[in-house]
Amino acid sequence: MLKLNDIYVVFNEGTVDEKVALNHVNLHLNPGDFVTIIGSNGAGKSTLMNIISGVLKPDYGTVEIDGVKVNNLPEYKRAPMIGRVFQDPMAGTAPAMTIEENLALAYARDKRRTLGRGVTAKRRDEFRTYLETLHLGLENRLSAKVGLLSGGERQALSLLMATFTKPKVLLLDEHTAALDPARAQRITELTEEIVGRQKLTTLMVTHNMQQALDLGNRLIMMDKGMIILDVPEEEKKNLTIERLLAEFQRLRGEKFASDRAVLA
Amino acid sequence: MGVALLGSIESGFIFAIMALGVYLTFRILDFPDLTVDGSFATGGAIGATMITAGFAPFLSTVSALLIGLVVGAMTGILHTKGKINALLSGILSMIALYSINLRIMGKANVPLLGEDTLFTQIQDALSALGDYGLLLALAIIALVIKFINDWFLHTEVGLAIRATGNNQRMIRSFSTNTDNTIIIGLSISNGLVALSGALYAQYQGFADVSMGIGMIIIGLASVIIGEAIFGDRSIVRATFAVIGGAIIYRMVVALAMQVGLDPSDMKLMTALIVIAALIAPRISASYKERKRKAVRTKNREQQMVHERGEVKKHA
Repeated sequence: MLKLNDIYVVFNEGTVDEKVALNHVNLHLNPGDFVTIIGSNGAGKSTLMNIISGVLKPDYGTVEIDGVKVNNLPEYKRAPMIGRVFQDPMAGTAPAMTIEENLALAYARDKRRTLGRGVTAKRRDEFRTYLETLHLGLENRLSAKVGLLSGGERQALSLLMATFTKPKVLLLDEHTAALDPARAQRITELTEEIVGRQKLTTLMVTHNMQQALDLGNRLIMMDKGMIILDVPEEEKKNLTIERLLAEFQRLRGEKFASDRAVLA
Repeated sequence: MGVALLGSIESGFIFAIMALGVYLTFRILDFPDLTVDGSFATGGAIGATMITAGFAPFLSTVSALLIGLVVGAMTGILHTKGKINALLSGILSMIALYSINLRIMGKANVPLLGEDTLFTQIQDALSALGDYGLLLALAIIALVIKFINDWFLHTEVGLAIRATGNNQRMIRSFSTNTDNTIIIGLSISNGLVALSGALYAQYQGFADVSMGIGMIIIGLASVIIGEAIFGDRSIVRATFAVIGGAIIYRMVVALAMQVGLDPSDMKLMTALIVIAALIAPRISASYKERKRKAVRTKNREQQMVHERGEVKKHA
C-alpha cells in the first residue's frame, strides 16, 4: 500500500548546519498494516511523515502509494489518498467554522469541490450519524463553531475528519501527545476503533512507548535518520519497554535519549 | 428625507459593494489586500472611459467588474506563485494600477457630464418613485451582491476559501490548492471593488485617477463599524453588518461636512475612526477587567475582616 524506496533527505546541504534527516530509508507497508514508530529526538520521524504527505520532497528515493509513484505530486494532490492528524489539536480543524462545515470540508476531500452547497440536509444526517460514533455529543452541536470545543474534542473531530473518506494511508503524528492522560486514552481507543473498523493502513508516530507496544501490528524504531529496529507482529506481542530500551542500547551503544519519551 | 442624508445612504450602498470586497479579503481570507486603492479607480476609469466612448453604461459597468477580477487575480498570483509578502503584493499592484489607470483614461479626470449613465437610465425608468428611485435601485444592487456572496461562501468552493483564511495547513491536507483559493478570493474581492468604483464614478459624474486613495481604509472602517454595531456571528449577519457599516460611515462623513470640515479632511477623519474602532474595544475590556478585580479584592478584604472577627470571638 505504501512504499518508501531509498529515501534520502538532507537539510542545509553544504553548510555547517548540514543534517541528514533520512538516510536511505526503506519502508513497505501492506494494506491494513498499523505501524507504530518511536525514536529519539531528531530521529527523522516527522520528516518521514512530511515526505509521505508531500510537505517535503526527498532529495533521493521514491514514494509509492497504492502502486502509484507520487514523488512529483504536491501535498494537496496527494491529500485524497492520505488522512493526517497533527500533534496540535488546533491544527486539524478550522476554528472559525462550524462542526458541520468542517465535516463538509473533509467530505469533499476526494471529490472535486463544486458550487453546490457544502452542508445539505442529506449530508447533515450523515455527519450526525458519523459523529455519534465519538460518543461526545457533538452530533447535537453541528452548528457550533469548532473553536469552542476543548482540545480533546477537537482532536477527536480531527481524527474523524481525517478518516471520513477512508484514505489509503492514515498518518498520525503524535496525535495524543498534547492531551491530558484521560483524553489521550480516549483518543487512543478511538484510533484503534476507527482503524480497526475501516482497516486503514496506518503509520503512527508516538513518544509513548507503552502506546507504541499496545497499538498496531508492527513497531519501528528510528534513530539518526535510519530505521534501526523493525519488529513484526509475532515478536511485538512479547516486547516490553525494558527489552525495547535494552535493544536500543545494544544497537547504538548509548542510552535512549528523548526529553519527551514517556517510558511507562 | 434631507438631500444630504439621502445622498449619504445612496453612496453608502455603492461603498458597501466595495466594503463587501474588503470583507472577503480582510476577514474571510485574512489577507490585507491593498490592491483596493488601485482597483477602485480602475473600475471608475474603465466605466467612465467606456461610457464616454459610446458604450452602453451597463456594458461599461460589467466590463469594470471583469477587469477588477483580473486585477485581483494578478495580486493573488504575485503572492502565491511569486511568494511575495501579502502586503507588498497588494502595494505593488496598487502602484502599478495608478499608471495603468492614467493610461486607460488618457488624462487625470474623465467627466461624465451630459452622458447617459446607469443612474440617469435608472432614474428615467423609476421616475414614478421620485427621489427614491435611485436609492431603491442601489439598495437592490447591494443586497443582491450580498446574497450572492452569502451563497458563494456556503458552497464547497466557498468553504474551502474560508478554511484557507482560517487554517491553511489543515485545508491543504484536505486536498485544496490554497494558491487557487487565495487567487479566487482576491479576484472576486477586487471585482466587487472595481464594480463599486464604476458605479461611484457614474454617481458622482466623473472618474478621477486619485478616487481610489484611502479606499482600503474606508472599506475597513465600514467592516469594523458594521461588525461592532450589527454583530458578526454568522456570514449572513456579517455581510449585512458590512452594508450597514458602509452606510453609517457615509452618514458620519456627511455630518462632518455639515459641521464645517473640508472634504480634504475626510481621510484624516477616516483614519481616526478606524483607530478609535480598533482601540475602543480593548480599552473598554481592560476597564471592565480592572473593575471586576477591584470588586473581588474589596469583597475578599471584607470577608477576611469578618473571619478574623470570628476567630477572635472563639478565642
